[in-house]
Amino acid sequence: MTQPVLSAKNLTKRYGKVTALDQCDFELYPGEILAVIGDNGAGKSTLIKALSGAVPPDEGEVFVEGKQVNFTSPNDGRMAGIETVYQTLAMSPALSITDNMFMGREIRKKGFMGKYLRQLDRKAMEDFARQKLSDLGLMTIQNITQPVETLSGGQRQGVAVARAAAFGSKVIILDEPTAALGVKESRRVLELIQDVKKRGIPIILISHNMPHVFELADRVHIHRLGRRLCVIDPKKYSMSDAVAFMTGAKEPDEVEAA
Amino acid sequence: MRYATAISALALAVAGNTAMAQDQTTACLITKTDTNPFFVKMREGAQQKADELGIELMNFAGQYDGDHETQAQAIETCIAAGADGILLLASDTSSIVSSVEQAQEAGAIVIALDTPLSPADAADATFATDNFRAGELIGQWAAAKLGDEAENARIAFLDLNVSQPTVGVLRDQGFMQGFGIDIKDPARYGDEDDPRIVGHDVTQGNEEGGRRAMENLLAQDPNINVVYTINEPAAAGAYEALDALGRAGDVMIVSVDGGCPGVQNIRDGVIGATAQQYPLDMASLGIEAIHQYAQDGTLPQPTEGKDFFDTGVELVTNEPVEGVASITVDEGMERCWG
Amino acid sequence: MSHDDAYEDIVKTRREESFAAFDSRRKGLLHRVHDVLHGNPALVPLIVLLASIVVFGLLLGSRFFSPFALTLILQQVQIVGIVAAAQSLIILTAGIDLSVGAITVISSVVMGQFAFRYGIPPFIAVICGLAFGTLCGALNGLLVSKMKLPPFIVTLGTWQVILASNYLYSRNETIRSQDIEASAPLLQFMGRRFEVAGAVFTLGVVFMILLMLVLAWALKNTAWGRHVYAVGDDAEAAALSGVNVHRTLMSVYMLSGLICGFAGWALIGRLGAVSPTSAYEANIESITAVVIGGISLFGGRGSILGALFGALIVGVFSLGLRLLGADAQWTYFFIGVLIIVAVAVDQWIRKVSA
Repeated sequence: MTQPVLSAKNLTKRYGKVTALDQCDFELYPGEILAVIGDNGAGKSTLIKALSGAVPPDEGEVFVEGKQVNFTSPNDGRMAGIETVYQTLAMSPALSITDNMFMGREIRKKGFMGKYLRQLDRKAMEDFARQKLSDLGLMTIQNITQPVETLSGGQRQGVAVARAAAFGSKVIILDEPTAALGVKESRRVLELIQDVKKRGIPIILISHNMPHVFELADRVHIHRLGRRLCVIDPKKYSMSDAVAFMTGAKEPDEVEAA
Repeated sequence: MRYATAISALALAVAGNTAMAQDQTTACLITKTDTNPFFVKMREGAQQKADELGIELMNFAGQYDGDHETQAQAIETCIAAGADGILLLASDTSSIVSSVEQAQEAGAIVIALDTPLSPADAADATFATDNFRAGELIGQWAAAKLGDEAENARIAFLDLNVSQPTVGVLRDQGFMQGFGIDIKDPARYGDEDDPRIVGHDVTQGNEEGGRRAMENLLAQDPNINVVYTINEPAAAGAYEALDALGRAGDVMIVSVDGGCPGVQNIRDGVIGATAQQYPLDMASLGIEAIHQYAQDGTLPQPTEGKDFFDTGVELVTNEPVEGVASITVDEGMERCWG
Repeated sequence: MSHDDAYEDIVKTRREESFAAFDSRRKGLLHRVHDVLHGNPALVPLIVLLASIVVFGLLLGSRFFSPFALTLILQQVQIVGIVAAAQSLIILTAGIDLSVGAITVISSVVMGQFAFRYGIPPFIAVICGLAFGTLCGALNGLLVSKMKLPPFIVTLGTWQVILASNYLYSRNETIRSQDIEASAPLLQFMGRRFEVAGAVFTLGVVFMILLMLVLAWALKNTAWGRHVYAVGDDAEAAALSGVNVHRTLMSVYMLSGLICGFAGWALIGRLGAVSPTSAYEANIESITAVVIGGISLFGGRGSILGALFGALIVGVFSLGLRLLGADAQWTYFFIGVLIIVAVAVDQWIRKVSA
């Protein structure tokens, strides 16, 4: 069996008396899209945050390519090659597409202006941004300097995914990427996710939208009561099965090896 | 048990205090702010006199000049404390009157210091500088100093603020009267038509405002050669503006107040003359009056021909002119405040 | 896949090729104006500034439209202008600083008292004043960033604390211009004048303009500047994208305190004297300049040059109206109108889907 890119053992996180994660295990394998589904409050977001470093877990270990890591901030996760596209997108609407793509990891000019005056290399950043957007088929962008707030919801999502794809060398986490979008825009974003997958980067997809999950995912991690209930193959189970597991209406009799 | 002891001790202490308050005279001093050296000097004068006469003095001040609310609250506190008399420097001379009346109904006498209330007879007595007289002195001095040139003077007026408070109007109009300008309505400035007047601008009584106002008026007429200022900080600001244009030497600046930096500025040639007032006297006379009233119920009588008790004003200059009595800078330094 | 989720098939087959086209579909004059203003927020105040200079120039002729009068405006706004630079930085992070005027005056008092009360060499005294301003800024920054208190409340408090300390420490005593000139002329350094063809400049004015240009450059061309905007736009989003929000806020508050220290130095230059009662309205005046300058009070939007234009607009109106002989109240009246118009324009610009 291949080594997981990202895995976790016995993750536990408590908020006061509430146990959001209860000795949860997790694996993500190279090149796959792993969907994480679960009812509201099942602890999906906490799991994702624990994996990306946004919330340090109380107990348990996280491994990147088999090596144990200890993330204390989202920056740690990012440094390790794990990029997250949050449901809120985490973008500054008033700033340009380029500014947003490079937020927190700007490129400085070479030589005196960059070293001592810390001037940014705007051209390099814009070229890079344009390149990355074109790679993902968002090539009709005309103005890379336009503020993000002038973009439609789908376009913003596109930029956010492009940002993650540009820097996420190992894992990309997508939190409800289609929740706020219309039908057409959702469709475009799903294609985008498949484009990213083709480039070989494994993706964790959190979604409530069963058709989207079943269309994209290679495996589906079903989360219930703070832990992994089972991992199913979407080709072998129906959406109603998945929903039944998720809500506890049905117990998985023959669970795939955890 | 321990609590009970503490409470009864406290009760005794309170009772003791109340008993004491009944035979001891209590006075309040309410100033506009507690930072201005003028008020600091007043507080000093009041405290000295109160200690001397065995009066208990409570001090209050607004947070800023014009803080009416805090002053009204202070009067209420004084009434509650059973004060026999209140010395008041009103920030808002007409709005405070209803609070003053409450205090009088409660049996306290209210003495206005420095600034008369409006109407002036709302207070039981007023101890103040004759601000009109103060203005008149520097006006007379300026006119005499210029001699025949007074006919062609170009005069800038640096006043207090746009609401034309009484003290500002009195000093301004007094200066005009002393200088020989027809003041028309003495209750306001700006209605005169004397061609020697370049204009009026406001300073808020500080250096910053003084400089800006001087610059504005110089932009209107660069030939200004006489500058009336509401007080010495404004005068110092005006001097900076003139100095920036190389005009400091040939413009005469006059002012009112007599604070120590102001008097020092006369020595240094920044200001030509100033009319000095005496806040320490105002406050100590005020405390004496409260003491007197508590003893036998007599009220202080106003200075003859005026509706207030005049605490005096002196012209300070090192260039005395004939016909206008003045004291020297050295004498002014001895009596200055701040 | 079960049958009932085929509702998207229609969309799948008719893929919208133009979906990701980022070009603007909004044409028309108003939309173009809107786009230009959106990209250049300092343009509105610049136009208002130039228009008001022209109008007063026409009304007053050479009395107003002269190098002397126009540079006089620069001198009159230099303190507010410098403080407005500090205020702009704070407001760009979606904060507000009511304590800027107090920091300015206490810095000038520290410089003066250190030199005169303790006999410290003026050069060191100036450094101490600047350091003290920075320290006050750091205090605001810590309370805002670490304690997570709202900036309005924090600075409402520090404003009072600093102002009271200023009065207590200085005993409200003025250090006279003549004394400073005699023994510590360095304190008046920012007041040094030079003349170019009738136009009078002081070092304080030069400092104000340079400061604005340097900050405008840094905000646009450094990572720090981008982070300031990002934090003001949406602090949480900025943190998630890897911006160190605490460090950015601390740098902004400390820099703003330092700038206020420089404003205090310039204040001594302008007044000649060290006066503890000055600059007490600089907080409101700087906020006015910033708002008229088109910087959004909600943070993250606007150009710092706008604040310079805003301060100059106020200066042009006050001098122009005074020269017209208008009651000083009219200045406040028009400034009030300008503030409301500026905020309305800001709201309009923010409406992107117009």
